[in-house]
Amino acid sequence: MIDKKVSSVAEAVSGIADGSIVMIGGFGEAGSPVELIHALIDHGATDLTVVNNNTGNGEVGLAALIKAGRVSKMICSYPRSAHSTVFPELYRSGKTSLELVPQGTLAERIRAGGAGVPAFYTPTSVGTSLAEGKEIRSFDGRDYVLEYGLRADFALIKGKVADPYGNVIYNKTARNFNPLMAMAAKTTIVQVASLVPAGELDPEVIITPGIFVDRVVGVPRPVHESTLVAEGVSYP
Amino acid sequence: MSEKTSVIGWSRDEMAQRVALDIRDGTYVNLGIGIPELIARYVPEGREFIYHTENGLLGMGPSPEEGAGEPELINAGKRQVTALPGAAFFHHADSFAMIRGGHIDLCVLGALQVAQNGDLANWSTGAPGAIPAVGGAMDLVAGVKSIYVVTQHCTKKGEPKLIESCTFPLTGVGIVDRIYTDLAVLEVTPRGFQLVELAPGVSFDYVSERTGAKLHPARG
Repeated sequence: MIDKKVSSVAEAVSGIADGSIVMIGGFGEAGSPVELIHALIDHGATDLTVVNNNTGNGEVGLAALIKAGRVSKMICSYPRSAHSTVFPELYRSGKTSLELVPQGTLAERIRAGGAGVPAFYTPTSVGTSLAEGKEIRSFDGRDYVLEYGLRADFALIKGKVADPYGNVIYNKTARNFNPLMAMAAKTTIVQVASLVPAGELDPEVIITPGIFVDRVVGVPRPVHESTLVAEGVSYP
Repeated sequence: MSEKTSVIGWSRDEMAQRVALDIRDGTYVNLGIGIPELIARYVPEGREFIYHTENGLLGMGPSPEEGAGEPELINAGKRQVTALPGAAFFHHADSFAMIRGGHIDLCVLGALQVAQNGDLANWSTGAPGAIPAVGGAMDLVAGVKSIYVVTQHCTKKGEPKLIESCTFPLTGVGIVDRIYTDLAVLEVTPRGFQLVELAPGVSFDYVSERTGAKLHPARG
């Protein structure tokens, strides 16, 4: 019998090696798998390349992973926000490097990576500094930039409900990058607020089919990053 | 925001209201952060606009009542919003397929600079030590059918934002269609900036003096 459930977040993140490429779902705090990220900090893997739209808030979740010195490179579209102070300091001191990618290009690179498409042309960024050094090709009289698919060793995903097969549904705008990243990693690890028996999820509404998922862990009452930031919490 | 609008011309809210007048019923709109967000308050009677936010929601509604917000129902500015009846949630690749694929009718953005050929700079001043952050701006200008800019006519230091060619890093090339400022509505045409309408009490010469490129009079 297939059962992808694991019993703890520590078990869920086991095996993440130093130097791994890790995709982390979420857009700001929505869909950010904070408990899995904290387990990754405890686990100790370092020299990670992290793919996320942002760079975290305060000193919890992704920001805490960066603050702990575990991230040597960030691939993201918007490494700035009102409560984002950790990354700017490390970036300015040269301790963490940055690959800046337009948000739609980032999403499509991840989707392509998961879909077995090595590269694609996009109109985004043509004529800007982010297209410098990249191949340009014209189709029907318009220029496009060549961008490469992205794959990862691990993806950390936050869903709302999953079953033992790894079928996942999400919560509102917490879906964002999560279903794409789930497709693009060798090992996809999902935390969900609710685990249900197989057959309880309507096949018509499943967003991430279980084939893309390797491990599922229940985190019944996930923390809200903004609450932790407001309380001044610093992890660990 | 402590941004002061000029004594004469349109206020931020009046600028937003003026943009809203030009948006047709049934338009799918993506609004940038800042003055563009205010447009949602001024939908003319009898029209319905459907708001897209690139983090995965079509049918975005206003901010929730105090205490009724949800941390996982937010807009691209990461502020809590609501989902209207008929709304849809989707992942980022679908969201940017709507954008890049030309399915969104209109995007209204802020600007640091706009050039007379329609080039837009709105993501970076290129200052050393600044953290570069682009978000979805380059995708929006590359894919959305019409691009409107809403901005103060000049910087806080009084320098023109509408100029011959941008000095800041570009967001996109030749993509701006219309510009709504505190002083005027302008169109980007093959020959450059052309006046569409002056704010009440503002003269053509006053706008022209504050524009860093040739301003062509309104078509009479």
